[in-house]
Amino acid sequence: MSTVTATASPSEPLVRRELTTARLPKWAPLGTSVLAITLGCGIGAGAGLGSHLQWGLISAVLFLILSYALAAKVEGRRQAKDRFATSVVWVAFILAVVPLASLTIYTIQQGIGVVNGNFLSHSMKNVISSGPGGGIYHALLGTLEQVGLATAMAAPIGLMTAVYLVEYGKGRLAKVVTFFVDVMTGIPSIVAGLFILSLWNILLGFDYSGFSGSLALAILMMPVVVRSTEEMLKLVPNELREASYALGVPKWKTILRIVIPTAIGGITTGVMLAVARITGETAPVMMLVFGADFINSDPFNGPQQSLPLYIWQQYALVNNDFGYARAWGAALVLIAFVMGLNLIARGIARWRSPKSGH
Amino acid sequence: MAKRIDVSGLSAYYGSTRAIEDISMTIEPRSVTAFIGPSGCGKSTFLRTLNRMHEVIPSARVEGKVMLDDENLYGSNIDPVAVRRAVGMVFQRPNPFPTMSIYDNVVAGLKLAGVKKKSVLDGVVEKSLKGANLWNEVKDRLNKPGAGLSGGQQQRLCIARAIAVEPQVLLMDEPCSALDPISTLAIEDLIGELKSQYTIVIVTHNMQQAARVSDRTAFFNLAGVGQPGKLVELDDTPRIFSNPSVQATEDYISGRFG
Ligand SMILES: Nc1ncnc2c1ncn2[C@@H]1O[C@H](COP(=O)(O)OP(=O)(O)O)[C@@H](O)[C@H]1O
Ligand SMILES: [Mg+2]
Repeated sequence: MSTVTATASPSEPLVRRELTTARLPKWAPLGTSVLAITLGCGIGAGAGLGSHLQWGLISAVLFLILSYALAAKVEGRRQAKDRFATSVVWVAFILAVVPLASLTIYTIQQGIGVVNGNFLSHSMKNVISSGPGGGIYHALLGTLEQVGLATAMAAPIGLMTAVYLVEYGKGRLAKVVTFFVDVMTGIPSIVAGLFILSLWNILLGFDYSGFSGSLALAILMMPVVVRSTEEMLKLVPNELREASYALGVPKWKTILRIVIPTAIGGITTGVMLAVARITGETAPVMMLVFGADFINSDPFNGPQQSLPLYIWQQYALVNNDFGYARAWGAALVLIAFVMGLNLIARGIARWRSPKSGH
Repeated sequence: MAKRIDVSGLSAYYGSTRAIEDISMTIEPRSVTAFIGPSGCGKSTFLRTLNRMHEVIPSARVEGKVMLDDENLYGSNIDPVAVRRAVGMVFQRPNPFPTMSIYDNVVAGLKLAGVKKKSVLDGVVEKSLKGANLWNEVKDRLNKPGAGLSGGQQQRLCIARAIAVEPQVLLMDEPCSALDPISTLAIEDLIGELKSQYTIVIVTHNMQQAARVSDRTAFFNLAGVGQPGKLVELDDTPRIFSNPSVQATEDYISGRFG
C-alpha cells in the first residue's frame, strides 16, 4: 500500500460539520434597534430634517443594515440573511401599526373633550352650526337603524346563499351565483347608491329615507357575508356531515343543527366585520338618506342622519372650530362603535367555537 | 332486532369508474363479519352501500340489491334517511360533534329526530355509554365537550352515539386503526358484547383482529390498479385463516402480497 502517492487532504469535508456556531446574544436585536434609532434621530437632527417621519425611515434603514452587518460578522452569512428577513418583517409590522395607532390616538385626543352626555343625547335641531353645542343623537340613532335594517336584510340572504353554494350548489346555477357575488364584491359604494337612487327613489318614486340607504348598504354587505360564510362552512369537516347522515338525520337538519353551529363563531365574526365595514359608508348615505339636523326615529319616512355623513357635514360644510370639534367627537364615537363590534365578534367567536375541553 | 343482510349483484361507481363489481353475500344476524383485503379493493365502498351512505358522495351510484330481512334497501319507495337509522355506522377516525357535550353527542341522533323528554334521554345516555364501555370513565363529566376525550374514548363515544338510535345493524370501518393497542382491545371486547344484539360488520386491516373478533370473514381483492374490487370468498373465520379455498386468500393471509 505504500505505492499510493500523497493525494489531496482527505480531512476536508464538503460541508461544515460542527454543530456549534458563534451566536449573537439574545438582546442583540433590541440593542441594534436602540442603536439604530439613536443614530437615526442623531442624523435626522444633525441634518436638520424637519419631519419625524424622515427620522423614523432613516432609523429603519439603519436597523436593517446594522442587523445584517452585525450578524454577518459574528454568525455567518446564512444567519445574517435570516436576521435580515426577520428585521424586514418587524419594520413592516411597525410601518403598518404606526398609522393605525396614531390615527386612534389622534382621534381620541381630538374627540374626547367633546363627547359627553349632552353630545350623545342631543341633535343639531335649533343649533346654529357656526356656534357651539349640539350633538349626535340623531346621527347615532340613524346609523343604528340603517345598519340594523341593512344587516337584517343582507345577513340572512347572504347566509342562505352561502349555504346553497357550499352544501347544495353544483353545476351552472352555482357558477352563475358565484360569479355575481364576485362582481358584487367589487361594486364601489357610490355605484350601489346610484343604483338604489335610480331604482327605488326615481323609478319607484319613494322619498329619501333611512331605509333606502339600508338597501344600498345591504347590497354592499351581502357579498362580504356570502364570502366569509362560505369559507367558514367549507372549514366544517365532511366527516361531521357523514356522522350525522349515518345517524339517520336528514340533510337539511344536518346543515341546520350540525354544520352551522360548528361554524357559527366564524360566521358571526364575518357578519360583524361586514357590519363594521358598512357602518363607515358615506357616499350612498349621502345620496339616499340625505342627512337631517333633527331626530327622525322612523327609518321609513323622510331624511335621517348618519354618523359618517354627520362627520363630513360638520367638517366640510360647517367648516369652523365648533364644526371640527363635533366632527372629531362623532368620529371617536364611530370608531368606538366599530371597535366594540369587533370585540363582540371576537368574543362570540371564542365563546361559540368548538371546544376541546382542555 | 338484529337482521340478516342479503346482497346480490351489487356494483358501486364513482362517476364512471366502477369501484366494486358484482358482489353477492349473506351477512348473518347476531354475528360479526369481518372484511379484509388490500387497500383500495373497495371494502369501505362496499360497507357504505349497506346503509346508503355511498350515494352521499356526488355522482356516486349503486347497482344491485341489498335485502335487509325482506326489504330491498335500494327499492324505489325506500327512504335512505330511514335506512341509515336502521343501519348505523362507526367511522375510521373518531368524529364526535365538536360543539356538543358528551351527553349531547350520545343523544344527537334522538334529539335531532325530535325526542325531547329528559327522562328518556337520560336513560338512553346511561344505557348507550354502558353499552360502549365508557360509562364509568365519563359519568362525572357528561356535560364536558366530547372532543376533550382521548382518541379511544372518542371512538367509544361514537359507538355509543351509533347504538343510541337502536339500529339493527352496526357497520364499522376500521374503527381501531387510529387507536393505541389498549383502546383497540377495549373496542374489540365491546364488539364481542354487542354481537349478541346486533348484526356487526367490521372492516379491518389487521388480520389478527379479524381472527379475534369475527365469526365470518370476507376477503376482497382487485385484479390490478384501476380494476374494480371483487369478493374473493366468504367463509367461517377459522376456515379462512387455516384452510381457505382460494389461493389468493392464502397468499394474502400469509403475507405473500398486499
Ligand atoms: N370519494 C371517492 N371518489 C372517487 N373514488 C373513490 C372515492 N372513495 C374511494 N374511491 C376509489 O374507490 C376504490 C375503493 O376504495 P375504498 O372503498 O376506499 O377501498 P378500501 O376501503 O378497501 O381501502 C379506490 O380505487 C378508490 O380510489
Ligand atoms: Mg377503507
